[in-house]
Amino acid sequence: MNIAAVIEEAEVHHDTASNAGEAGPAPKRIVVAYGFWIFLLSDIVMFSALFAAYAVLARATAGGPGGAELFNQTSVAIETACLLASSYSCGLMALAIGSRRRGGTYLFALVTFVLGAAFLALELREFSDMIARGATPQSSAFLSAFFTLVGCHGLHVTAGLIWLAVMMAQLAIKGLRANVERRLICFSLFWHALDIVWVWLFTVVYLMGVHA
Amino acid sequence: MNLLGKLSWSAIPFDQPIVMGASGGMILGIVFVLGLVTLKGYVPYLWREWITSVDHKRIGVMYLVLAMLMLLRGFSDAIMMRAQLAVAAGGAQGYLPPEHFDQIFSAHGTIMIFFVAMPLVIGLMNFAVPLQLGIRDMAFPTLNSVSLGLTASGILLTNVSLFIGEFAKTGWVAYPPLSELQFSPGVGVDYYLWSLQISGVGTLLTGINFVTTILKTRAPGMSYMRMPVFCWTALASNLLIVAAFPVLTAALSMLLLDRYLDFHFFSVDAGGNAMMYVNLFWVWGHPEVYILVLPAFGIYSEVSATFSGKPLFGYRSMVAATMVICVLAYTVWLHHFFTMGASANVNAFFGVASMIIAVPTGVKIFNWLFTMYGGRVRFTVPVLWTIGFMVTFVLGGLTGILLAVPPVDWQMHNSVFLVAHFHHVIIPGVVFAAFAGYTYWFPKAFGFKLDERWGRRAFWCWFIGFHVAFMPLYVLGLMGMTRRLQHYDVLAWHPWLLVAAAGVAIIFAGIVCQIVQLVVSIGAREELRDVTGDPWNGRTLEWSTASPPPAWNFAVLPRVAERDAYWTMKRLARAKQGEPAQAREYSAIELPNSSAIGLVTAFFAVVGGFALIWHIWWMAAFGVFGAFVALIVFAFRDEDEVEIPAERIGQFERMHKAEVTL
Repeated sequence: MNIAAVIEEAEVHHDTASNAGEAGPAPKRIVVAYGFWIFLLSDIVMFSALFAAYAVLARATAGGPGGAELFNQTSVAIETACLLASSYSCGLMALAIGSRRRGGTYLFALVTFVLGAAFLALELREFSDMIARGATPQSSAFLSAFFTLVGCHGLHVTAGLIWLAVMMAQLAIKGLRANVERRLICFSLFWHALDIVWVWLFTVVYLMGVHA
Repeated sequence: MNLLGKLSWSAIPFDQPIVMGASGGMILGIVFVLGLVTLKGYVPYLWREWITSVDHKRIGVMYLVLAMLMLLRGFSDAIMMRAQLAVAAGGAQGYLPPEHFDQIFSAHGTIMIFFVAMPLVIGLMNFAVPLQLGIRDMAFPTLNSVSLGLTASGILLTNVSLFIGEFAKTGWVAYPPLSELQFSPGVGVDYYLWSLQISGVGTLLTGINFVTTILKTRAPGMSYMRMPVFCWTALASNLLIVAAFPVLTAALSMLLLDRYLDFHFFSVDAGGNAMMYVNLFWVWGHPEVYILVLPAFGIYSEVSATFSGKPLFGYRSMVAATMVICVLAYTVWLHHFFTMGASANVNAFFGVASMIIAVPTGVKIFNWLFTMYGGRVRFTVPVLWTIGFMVTFVLGGLTGILLAVPPVDWQMHNSVFLVAHFHHVIIPGVVFAAFAGYTYWFPKAFGFKLDERWGRRAFWCWFIGFHVAFMPLYVLGLMGMTRRLQHYDVLAWHPWLLVAAAGVAIIFAGIVCQIVQLVVSIGAREELRDVTGDPWNGRTLEWSTASPPPAWNFAVLPRVAERDAYWTMKRLARAKQGEPAQAREYSAIELPNSSAIGLVTAFFAVVGGFALIWHIWWMAAFGVFGAFVALIVFAFRDEDEVEIPAERIGQFERMHKAEVTL
C-alpha cells in the first residue's frame, strides 16, 4: 500500500498545527528574509573582526597622530545624523511598500539615497582631509585599522546606494511584484544593519578615540 | 605602465622539469577530457543537465568530483614530500630544491583543507540534506550553483599557480611577517590569498543557504527532534561556517591590504602586530576543524544506525553533544599557538577548554558503540570505514589531549608530532567519513551500488597505510624532528621516514583500488543496479524516493510523524498490507529554472582573481564590472521557475512504482 497515504492517515491523530517547527516549508517571503538575516549576521561577524583589529591597534600610532588630533567631531556628528535620518526614511519606505504606495516608495527611497550619499560625501571629505594632513593608512597601524574599519562601512553604504538605485529601476520596470518586494525588504534590513554598525563605530572609534 | 602587470614569460618555470612535467600532464589531461567530451557530443547534455543545473543533487555530485580530483593533486604533493624526506638524509639534498619543497607543503595543506575536505563535506551535505529533510531543493538553489562556481574558481586559481608563477612558500597558514611583501615578494602568497577569498565567499553563501534550508524549509511534521542526525550536524557545521568564515575573510583582507597598499596590520614596523593575524586565523581555523568533522560524525551516525538495523542510540545526547561542540569550537583557538607568550592563566584556560571538547566527542563515540551493540551489524564497506574511524580517531584524539597540555605543547610545538596528530584526527575523522558517505549514498545518486570487494581492498590499504605513514611521525616528533624540513642531518630519523614513505605507498594503493572500484562498478552497473530505491534498508527519507531521485525529489512532500521517518513509514505500510492501495493525486510542481549565473560568476571571479594576483588592473576592473553586470542581468530576468505538470509526475511515479510503494 501507498506509503504517503499511510502517513497521511497516521497524521490524522497528530496535531501538526500545535508546533510551528512542524508546519512544513515556510513561504518564500519568510525564507528569503531569514536567509538575508543570516547573511547580515555573517557580515556583522566580519565587522567584529575589524573592530577587534582596530581595538588591538588603536594605540599603535608609530609616533604619528592619534584619534584625538585627527577626528572632527562636528563633521562626524552631521554624518551620523544623516545616516540615522536615512534609516528613518528607509523605514517609511518600507511602510509605503507595505501599503502598496508607489509614489511614497519612490519619495522615501530618494530621501534615503540623498541622505546616504551625503553621509558618504562627508566621510570621503574626512578621509581626504586626513590624507592631505599626512595621516595616510600607510603611516601607522592605527591608521591602517581606522581606514579599513570605517572604509569597510563606507563600502557597504556605497553598495547599499547602488542596490537602492537598481531597485528603483526594477520597481519602475517590473512593478511591485513579489520578488521586487522581497528584495526591497532585504535592502531595508541591510540599511538598518549598517546603521547599527555605525552606532558601534561612532562609539568605539570616534567617542572613545577622542577620550583616549 | 605595463598592460600585463607583473606577468611575463619568466613566470612560467621552463627550467624546472618536475613542474613542467606536472603542469604539462595536467594541461594534456584537461585538453584530452574536453576534446573527448566535445567529440562525443556530450557538451549540450553537460551544459543542460550539469553546468547550469541548480539541482542540489547535481551540485553535490559536482562538488564531490572536484574534491576527488583535488585529492589526487594534494596526494601527489604528499608523495613528493615523503619521497624527498626518504632520500634527503645526511648531506643529501634530495630531488626537490627548498623553494619548490616549500611550495609543495603549502599547496598540500591548502588544497587538502580547502579544496578536498571542504568540497567533500559540502558535496555530501548538498546531496543528502534536502533529501533527508523531505524537501525538493535548497532554500536558494541558484545561489547554491554560484557557491559551487566560486569554489571551483578558487581551485582553478590554485592550480594555475603551478604553471604560471608560483604558490605560497609560507605553509598553508601564511603567517606574517613571512607572508608580507617584504619577505614574500613573489605572487605565491597572492595566489593563496585570492584563491581563498574567492572560494571563501562561496563557502559563506553555502553556509547561509544550509542554515536557512534546515531551519525554515523542512517537510511537514519534521520537528527539530525528528531531524536525522546528519541534518543536525550539517546545521551545526553551517552555523560555524556563517560565524567563522567572515573572520578568515577579514584576516586575509588585512593581509591583502598590507601586501597591496602598504598597510601595517601585521608588518614588523609602524606598529603592526603579526600575532593578531595568528589569532584571527585560528578564530576561523579551529571552528573549521569542526565544520569538517561534525558532518563526518553525522555520516557515521547514519551508517551505524542503518547497518545495525537499530535506531541511533542516544539521539538526544548526540544532538546535544553536536551543539556543545559547535559552541566550544570558539573557545579553544589559542591552543594552536600556546608558544605565543600569553600568560599562564590564558594558556590554562584554553588548555582546559580544549580538553573539555573531548567530553562531548566521547559521548558520540559511546553512542555509536551502543548503536552497534546488540544490533545485527552488516559489515558493508561504509561500516568498515566507520569502525576504522572509531579505532583510529580515539587514539588521534588522545594525542590531542596531550597537546592540549600547555607544557607538553611547548615541547611538541611545530614538531612532526603535531603533524602526526592532526592527520590522525582529520584522515579518519573527515576522509574516512567522506568515503563512507560516498559508498553509502552512491546508489541513491546513480541507481547502482559500488563494488564491495574493491571497496574493502581500498579500506584496508587506507587503514594500514595510514598507520604505517603516520605512526613513525609521532616517534620522529619525540626525537625532535620539526615540521617543514626539506632535508635533515640526523641519520637516526632516516629509517622512520622510510617507513612513513612506505605508508604513503600503501595509501596510494588504496586510492588505486578506489579508482578501480569506480571503473568496475560502472562496468557492472546492471548487476549492481538497485531498483528499490532503498538498497540498505534505510531509515531516513532519502531512501523513500527513487534512485536516482527525480528532479523534484518527492512527488508529494512526505509527512513526518516520527524520528527515522522512512523506517516508520515502512513499518506502518507492512502493518496495513493487504488493504487496497489508494490512488495518489499529484499536483504540478514548480522547480527553479536552470541558470548559467554560477558559471558566469566563476568566469569573472577567475578573471578578476588572476588579474589581481598579477596586478593587471584593467583586467581586474573588467572582472569586477562583469560580475556586477551579470548580477544585474540575473536580477532582471523574468522566468525563474518552470512548472512540472502533474501528468509527468504521475507517469514517473508509475514507472518507479517499486520505489514508492511496498
